[in-house]
Amino acid sequence: MTFADHLIIAPIIIPLIAGGLMLLLDGRRREAIAAISILSTLALLAVAVTLLMSSAAPEPAQTVRVYLLGNWPVTFGIVLVADRLAALMLVLTATLGCAALLFALASWHRAGSFFHPLFQFLLMGLNGAFLTGDLFNLFVFFEVLLAASYGLALHGSGRARVSASLHYIVINLASATLFLIGVSLIYGTAGTLNMAALGERIPLLDPSERRLMEIGAAILGVAFLIKAAAWPLGFWLPTMYAAASAPVAALFAVMTKVGFYVILRLGSITAEAAGGASIFYAEGWLFTIGIATMCFAAIGMLASQDMGRLAGYSVLVSSGTMLAAIGLGGTGMTTAALYYLVSSTLTVAAFFLLIELVERGRTPADDVLAVTLEAYGAEEEGEFEEAEVVGVAIPALLAVLGVAFLACALLLSGLPPLSGFIAKFAILSSLLDQHWLTGGGTISLQGWVLLGVILISGLATIVAMTRAGIRTFWTFTERELPQVRSVEIGAVALLLFLCVALTVQAGPVMRFMQATASGLELGRPYIGAVQAKTPTVPTPRPPPSEVKP
Amino acid sequence: MELVIAITIGVLAGSGIWLLLRPRTFQVIIGLSLLSYAVNLFIFGMGRLRVGAPPVLDPSEPGNLDRYVDPLPQALVLTAIVISFAMTALFLVVILVARGLSGSDHVDSVERGS
Repeated sequence: MTFADHLIIAPIIIPLIAGGLMLLLDGRRREAIAAISILSTLALLAVAVTLLMSSAAPEPAQTVRVYLLGNWPVTFGIVLVADRLAALMLVLTATLGCAALLFALASWHRAGSFFHPLFQFLLMGLNGAFLTGDLFNLFVFFEVLLAASYGLALHGSGRARVSASLHYIVINLASATLFLIGVSLIYGTAGTLNMAALGERIPLLDPSERRLMEIGAAILGVAFLIKAAAWPLGFWLPTMYAAASAPVAALFAVMTKVGFYVILRLGSITAEAAGGASIFYAEGWLFTIGIATMCFAAIGMLASQDMGRLAGYSVLVSSGTMLAAIGLGGTGMTTAALYYLVSSTLTVAAFFLLIELVERGRTPADDVLAVTLEAYGAEEEGEFEEAEVVGVAIPALLAVLGVAFLACALLLSGLPPLSGFIAKFAILSSLLDQHWLTGGGTISLQGWVLLGVILISGLATIVAMTRAGIRTFWTFTERELPQVRSVEIGAVALLLFLCVALTVQAGPVMRFMQATASGLELGRPYIGAVQAKTPTVPTPRPPPSEVKP
Repeated sequence: MELVIAITIGVLAGSGIWLLLRPRTFQVIIGLSLLSYAVNLFIFGMGRLRVGAPPVLDPSEPGNLDRYVDPLPQALVLTAIVISFAMTALFLVVILVARGLSGSDHVDSVERGS
């Protein structure tokens, strides 16, 4: 057991200790608390990058690493597994955490008492959910991250936030009961909750038990689709994300991806078990749900009057695209979906941060006024004397914000040259590859539907973004410039810079995603690595007597 | 006993879902509690129902499944109870805040059709 092996549990331990320390400190020592928060988030990023580096290593022993909690053998204990997919999600979470924290340090963290501890516990829950190899442990980490997210959603208080959080909490408590029903059905039939062991036992179940197991898996799937905000389970998302404070909403951008991650993970493990066809992707349901989510989100985008809801619907678009892509299946599709996941998460987070900057100092009346102007086609020309336009027509700050907004619009709608385009292009190209170029046949109906819906949702995005941009940056409403601090712009710039880096380094990133996707495609390396893991130090006591559940 | 447990779970879950769909926050929280009781019993039932069998191994004799009941679901139920209890407490606070801010105990914080 080397130090590097213990690194697997660090993403859970670090925020736990940091959050606990902050609770012990007096609430008035804000600097100390903020310092701990920064240190812990940076340490998380470093650990995540280290795990990613080692998981990218060519030798197969390094790609899937298993950590036995308490050194219990796999049959009895809970395992943590760090493979490429988990490491990728850890890096994404830590990056978003850094950006959101940077943004929050400017002012938002003073809006309530427990911002930093809750922030750390949310990171802990997310990391735990990505690392765990046990279904019930997954439930526990889900509840940890949800409990922290309830607190963060309420951060800053106000009637809109409380009302939105109320719905959010009810929906998630109800989905937790679904989760438990699914987990217990699976335990009752398969006799284990270890994901790898499930992969081995499912093929051995007799048909009557198998049916019950599949019902359990379906109920579990519903719980994850609620988390991923898939249609028709995602109506809570736009209101809630629009109401949440900006840094919180930015971090929440990764929360819908947890649902997607678990579906992908369980799908890959059970795919092997069911002899190729995964019980989680059965009969194209995931594809249909993904397409419906995208259509709903595109309509929602066109209908949304304020930018917060627009951003909320763009979360739904990305959720729907990923679900539809993996629903269609194939390594190429999974590769593209993973690239899209990273790109869209960073973009949406940047967009949430940007919206808060742009809207700062705006009153709701401005939005109403802008809509009225649009609706009645009020003439704006002639209202201003020529002498007024001689000076700076657009202040420098608005220009910077405008450029960032433009970048977000390009990224969200998937127009060249940024990573949003590469992501959508990868999905479309693997679609054509899979069904047309190499298959020798025509593109299936599903392929055409996906192609059409992706392009149409991109069009809807660009229409909605253009309208919002014109209304915000080009209307001559008399208002004061927002008070923006440079760290806040810095956080947005960091996220957008990462998107640019994703574009420039698209080749290596895509190769990594491909390796990740092909590792998932098999499911076998994961199961093999977990089953082969034995406790490292010989246990001092005799091994526990053989009790098979 | 199976029948009694099944009917209990069914009645609890049914009333829970009915209350969950009601418009008052208090009804919703009672509904969630009933639903979580139903789920806890359900998890317990998934470990198979046995009368008079302890979930703890006796060190003086070798392990034999004929004598013991599966302890794992009981551990799961304990965790689930603790978590749902904590969440209910947290939800109560949010309900009270919503009531204070909006002056209404409707789930949408607005009275309809009054």
